[in-house]
Amino acid sequence: MSSGRDETMRYRAHFAVWNEIVRAREPAWMQAQREAAFARFEALGFPTTRQEEWRFTNIAPLLRASFHLATTPAPLPEDDWLTPYRAWGAHHLVFANGHFVGEVPANGHPPRFFARGIRALLQEAPHLVEPYLRRPVEELPHAFIALNAAFLTDGAFVRIPRGAVVREPIHVLFLALGQQEPLIVHPRNVIVAEENSQATIIESYVSLDDSHHFTNAVTELIVEENAVVQHYKVQREGRAAFHMAAVRIAQARMANVFDFSLALGAALARTEITAILEGEGADCTLNGFYWARDQQLVDHHTVIEHVAPHGTSREFYKGILDDAARGVFDGTIIVRPGAQKTDARQVNKNLLLSTEALVNTNPRLQILADDVKCSHGATIGHLDEEALFYCRSRGLDAEMARELLTYAFASDILQEIAFEPLRRRVREWVLMEWPDGERLTEML
Amino acid sequence: MNGAALLEIRNLRVRVEGQEILKGITLTVRAGEVHSIMGPNGSGKSTLAQVLAGREVYEIVEGEVLYDGEDVLRMSPEERARRGIFLAFQYPVEIPGVSNLYFLKAAVNAVRKSRGLPELDAMEFLALARERAKLVELDESLLQRAVNDGFSGGEKKRNEIFQMALLEPRLAILDETDSGLDIDALRIVAQGINALRHPDRAIILITHYQRLLNYVTPDVVHVLYDGRIVKSGGKELALELEEKGYGWIAEGVIGSVRT
Repeated sequence: MSSGRDETMRYRAHFAVWNEIVRAREPAWMQAQREAAFARFEALGFPTTRQEEWRFTNIAPLLRASFHLATTPAPLPEDDWLTPYRAWGAHHLVFANGHFVGEVPANGHPPRFFARGIRALLQEAPHLVEPYLRRPVEELPHAFIALNAAFLTDGAFVRIPRGAVVREPIHVLFLALGQQEPLIVHPRNVIVAEENSQATIIESYVSLDDSHHFTNAVTELIVEENAVVQHYKVQREGRAAFHMAAVRIAQARMANVFDFSLALGAALARTEITAILEGEGADCTLNGFYWARDQQLVDHHTVIEHVAPHGTSREFYKGILDDAARGVFDGTIIVRPGAQKTDARQVNKNLLLSTEALVNTNPRLQILADDVKCSHGATIGHLDEEALFYCRSRGLDAEMARELLTYAFASDILQEIAFEPLRRRVREWVLMEWPDGERLTEML
Repeated sequence: MNGAALLEIRNLRVRVEGQEILKGITLTVRAGEVHSIMGPNGSGKSTLAQVLAGREVYEIVEGEVLYDGEDVLRMSPEERARRGIFLAFQYPVEIPGVSNLYFLKAAVNAVRKSRGLPELDAMEFLALARERAKLVELDESLLQRAVNDGFSGGEKKRNEIFQMALLEPRLAILDETDSGLDIDALRIVAQGINALRHPDRAIILITHYQRLLNYVTPDVVHVLYDGRIVKSGGKELALELEEKGYGWIAEGVIGSVRT
């Protein structure tokens, strides 16, 4: 097979169709940007395993599939797909196959933030989003980001005004629904937390059926001075789905970001998170949990870049790989020459439940300043035979003992989910996949 | 002597990683008895304890172990537990994220279920746990904590005896439950063991030191040396060992081989 260059050809036809749809309704700068992005995508071509960044993530299965562009939202099913999220007390922004379909406000007071679909804004008030869509991210030499920029369909634009403290989480929910043809969607989210504001954002990707689809998402988090943001990315797409996501975080002076990436679904899922601590004293936490089974491949690539002094970053990722699943964790910490007094820590721990499961973990430090504290550690292990024996010697059967200890491995990282209703839900999602999940739930 | 033989070990030979650790153990323990197995490091004490509880890393070369007349070596660890064999671990395992109380409730109910008893609900179990915790003066806060997670050495050992009190085994094997304890903790552990002595229950105390036997009086003391029981006797044997050390036994064994 070629480098993937031939596969880019398929997208040319999509682009023509898409251009036809959006051209008349969007400002000229957006058009120009789409054209430039598509040209960049064509020039780059799809990545291959010969590229260092993609060494362990072979996207050939994704290139073999033929996707159709989701040009319209799908009708939502009758049943209550919002049920799992009701207890969150959140403000929901709902997207079906990448298109905004509605909003479910949290109970009580009117929201203290501004939230709209990006597509609508591009048509009705493009000046509101222009500063955020004409950013350096658009220029990155990254095929999937370029593709997203060219096809940018819709997504959430959320602005937390100066000084606003938003208590209810803002839930951006992307539902995938099967159509006759496998679909590709290109969501783009922009979250702006202005000076001294505070908010919790939950970005969910969920399949409502087991159809083939491809999500290619980009989310930008712009966190201004002294703002505090919790951002959760919850990926629970179907086992036939492909999921590519880039999260770009920019932190100003004293900005505080807590990010948690949960990856449970999809056949092939990759999340790239880049946090740039541009302002002095910024604080960034990147945490995550992945759990892959069967033939799943789950990849996290993270970059934390300390540009200014006195920044703190904490990164803690844990993963469980079962059956023939593959995991990839690649974590880079860059400390720029000016970023003295940086304090950075990174830990990645993996549990392999089968002899066929595999994980590639790769911590990288690039330290260009001399007065810094940086550490990293990675482990790959199996369930402890003695601990299994301990549980069994107390009367628990072998399967139950295995599940209990697997849960015990995950418990500390799940405990990091600060938003309690989500933590409870995630625990359920993890447990209910197991044969003894119900019994286990009683024990926790 | 007391009742019928609860445990009969006949010429048990066990190997691990190609090396023979137990070289022919024969031992009979009756219900109601307390046996103490003493011996220096590396004599095979912990191996014997783990083999009886069903640890799978050991290879049985020869011999048999009958529990209540049944071949125990064929049973899984959980089956042995459900039939009333209990091992207090020398190094109890930490299980983060799983509360001690719920872990033990699952254990107790697994045992009860296999005995045809109704399972205890949360309230019933809590009442039972509170009562049994008093036996070893286990602080109630430790019930809510994750299993052994962040427990001190003494708390872990007391937690093992607490588990024994909850599971009410017929055969309890205590593997160096006394090691590393200060005198107060040792007394509490001993008090728990004494409270659990029962005509239907046999207890095997595996220990390196004689100290525990000041508080728990065994019916029989065995000396395990180099994979064999080289001497058995009453509680006075323990005192003799304390006085003369294991060197005395070693000389005796070597001497007997020579003659």
